[in-house]
Amino acid sequence: MDSERPDEKEGQPKAGNGAPQKPADPNDPEGIKSLLRAASGVPAGSRKAVPAETTAAATTEEGGRASTADFISKTRKQGLALKDRAIQEAETYKDPQQTQLWKSIFRVSHDRSDPRNRSLAILSNVFLHLHPAKINRDAVRYGFTWGMGGITFYLFIVLTFTGVLLMFYYHPTKVQAFRDILYLEHDVPFGKLLRNMHRWAAHLMVITTWLHMFRVVLTGSYKRPREFNWCVGVVLLVLTLLLSFTGYLLPDDQLGFWAVTVGTNMARATPMFGSEGPFGPQLGMTPYNDVRFGLLGGSIVDANALLRSYIWHCIGIPLVASIFMAVHFWRIRKDGGISGPAPVMLEAEMKATKK
Amino acid sequence: MDWHQLWKITSAPDNVPIVGMLFLVPFFTWYGLKQARENDKLIAELENDPAKAKTHHRKTLPWRPGWARELHVWPFLVRVEFLAAVIVTAILFIWSITLDAPLEEPANPNLTMNPSKAPWYFLGLQEMLVYFDPWIAGVVMPSLMMVGLMVFPYVDSNPLGNGYYTIRQRRFALAMFGIGWVTWIILIVIGTFIRGPGWVWFWPGQTWDHNAVVFDKNQDLHDVFGITHANFGDAAIWMQIIFGAMVVGLFYLLAGLFLHWLMKRGPLKLKYLRSWRELKQWATTPDRLETSLLARTSVLQYLTFQFFAISVLIALPVKILLRLAFTIKYVWVTPWFNV
Ligand code: HEM
Repeated sequence: MDSERPDEKEGQPKAGNGAPQKPADPNDPEGIKSLLRAASGVPAGSRKAVPAETTAAATTEEGGRASTADFISKTRKQGLALKDRAIQEAETYKDPQQTQLWKSIFRVSHDRSDPRNRSLAILSNVFLHLHPAKINRDAVRYGFTWGMGGITFYLFIVLTFTGVLLMFYYHPTKVQAFRDILYLEHDVPFGKLLRNMHRWAAHLMVITTWLHMFRVVLTGSYKRPREFNWCVGVVLLVLTLLLSFTGYLLPDDQLGFWAVTVGTNMARATPMFGSEGPFGPQLGMTPYNDVRFGLLGGSIVDANALLRSYIWHCIGIPLVASIFMAVHFWRIRKDGGISGPAPVMLEAEMKATKK
Repeated sequence: MDWHQLWKITSAPDNVPIVGMLFLVPFFTWYGLKQARENDKLIAELENDPAKAKTHHRKTLPWRPGWARELHVWPFLVRVEFLAAVIVTAILFIWSITLDAPLEEPANPNLTMNPSKAPWYFLGLQEMLVYFDPWIAGVVMPSLMMVGLMVFPYVDSNPLGNGYYTIRQRRFALAMFGIGWVTWIILIVIGTFIRGPGWVWFWPGQTWDHNAVVFDKNQDLHDVFGITHANFGDAAIWMQIIFGAMVVGLFYLLAGLFLHWLMKRGPLKLKYLRSWRELKQWATTPDRLETSLLARTSVLQYLTFQFFAISVLIALPVKILLRLAFTIKYVWVTPWFNV
């Protein structure tokens, strides 16, 4: 982006609808200074002279009385002027979008009447700029995408948020893990709600990922030029399932322990790399050096497996998944946005294949 | 009848999502297919009326001349996204307040959980262990599925139906996805609702009996054909290897021929099933569109597709059937691996 603030030119004249234009910008240092000067009753450039004048006036009684009345009325006037100004200024704060604070954060005004601003609202926001400024008018219909990809992403965010909060209470050790869950359930304020939300959001994310994929299939959206993004999606599906699998062990209860035991026992049978897989023993695989050992950090599901699960679950896989999501979203834009709803194509319009 | 058992499975907190899916999947299937039907009607109409096809805006959605083709994302899309986020958050809160996540006893390696089930979305994999040895069920099949999914866009040479719902123009591709999707769901349903202690089959309404003993015949395919040690002595082992290889080879051949035949079929209408002549007509005359699509497919695309479709989409249901209906464990037994 260039350094020019795009809204400045059009934003300025509109500033303070109805409010006086002049010192509307509270930022103006000159304005503030003159404000202070007016309040203290000192004309600009005569600061030095002030004490001398007042002492001189106070020496004679008459002069003193006159100058006191004078002083009071002057101060009153200035006070009233200040009040008017403050009211006028407050008037301009009624529109928060015109404040310096707002502008410094959002860079553009979200004024509805100007189409250019609507585009800029998207383009100049780091979160929203994943979107294009404009899209196919039919693509905002719920019916086409079912919003499933977006909902999946939102669930990922919810999971990250609740997950980080859970991390504050959880130690990945055999002694503590199970107790931490009990503690969360019974003592931590809203701890149970937190754990439940993390769990159900995870289940929901698996469902929405499948439905999202189902939609992509039904609309043929994996076709050229989106083949690669489909592949990125398949990786995301696997990562989603792995996230759930690694999380299952963490409460260190019977449910997780046996599910993970059954799951990792399959790894024993990996061809060539598992101690019980085809050609594994012939290649020197034992329960103490095969892939299962590598996954668990031991030959049984124990403390090391818990730690490894934890690290994969909280750091490794979310990191990789975030990278793949970034690519996924980037590619949606680069592939020309959402695939439809596209105009239907007729059989007769199929181009001959290059032979 | 013991419906309590079924209720216990269904109401297990971790299984509630799958109960939700029993409604979500049919709903979205209906929702997608409804839009497909509307588009298909439009396609048929335009194909019969080329003049109209030239001027029509080619969507079933409302359209008027002068309408902008594009909308601003702010606010038209952003507000939908915001609404979706609010609704999902509300659902999550309600769900989390009303239903507690499960927590069993502390992990105890000396006390085996029986049955020991993975979360429902992995039960498809776990259920596959019944039909294949672990190296196939746990490693080879999942890899084939993932790679098969990734390969799909590259072997689908059909340019039609890109970015809109349609069945008519993509019958074969949708049928293949459909087989995979349905098989996967069936495996999950069996794993969740049917399997009990010892991974034994219990019908809904049966009580889980922890001492149930299953008298499985556990025969291999070569036993059925009498290629056994009793009949052939030491030579049997070699005969079994060759026999199994031939069976698997034959399976690939037949399944390939079947898929090749299926690729060229037109739409199967229900009324064909009532008339033998019409059914035969359907089975023997290739569809024009499907044939032209096949002609666009390169040899590499064709072979890649056949390999994955046979190895996963056909092999899985066939092996399930062999195992459940004919109690056959292996079709190919060797000293190194069994299939
Ligand atoms: C963590 C999981 C995933 C997230 C967060 C995600 C997110 C998204 C989002 C936000 C979109 C925009 C359109 C929409 O909302 O439907 C999208 C589009 C797409 N996704 Fe995903 N996705 C995920 C998984 C997948 C999977 C599993 C697949 C397929 C195997 C996939 C393939 C695609 C494709 C091909 C598009 C482009 C669709 C079009 O242009 O119509 N994604 N994804």
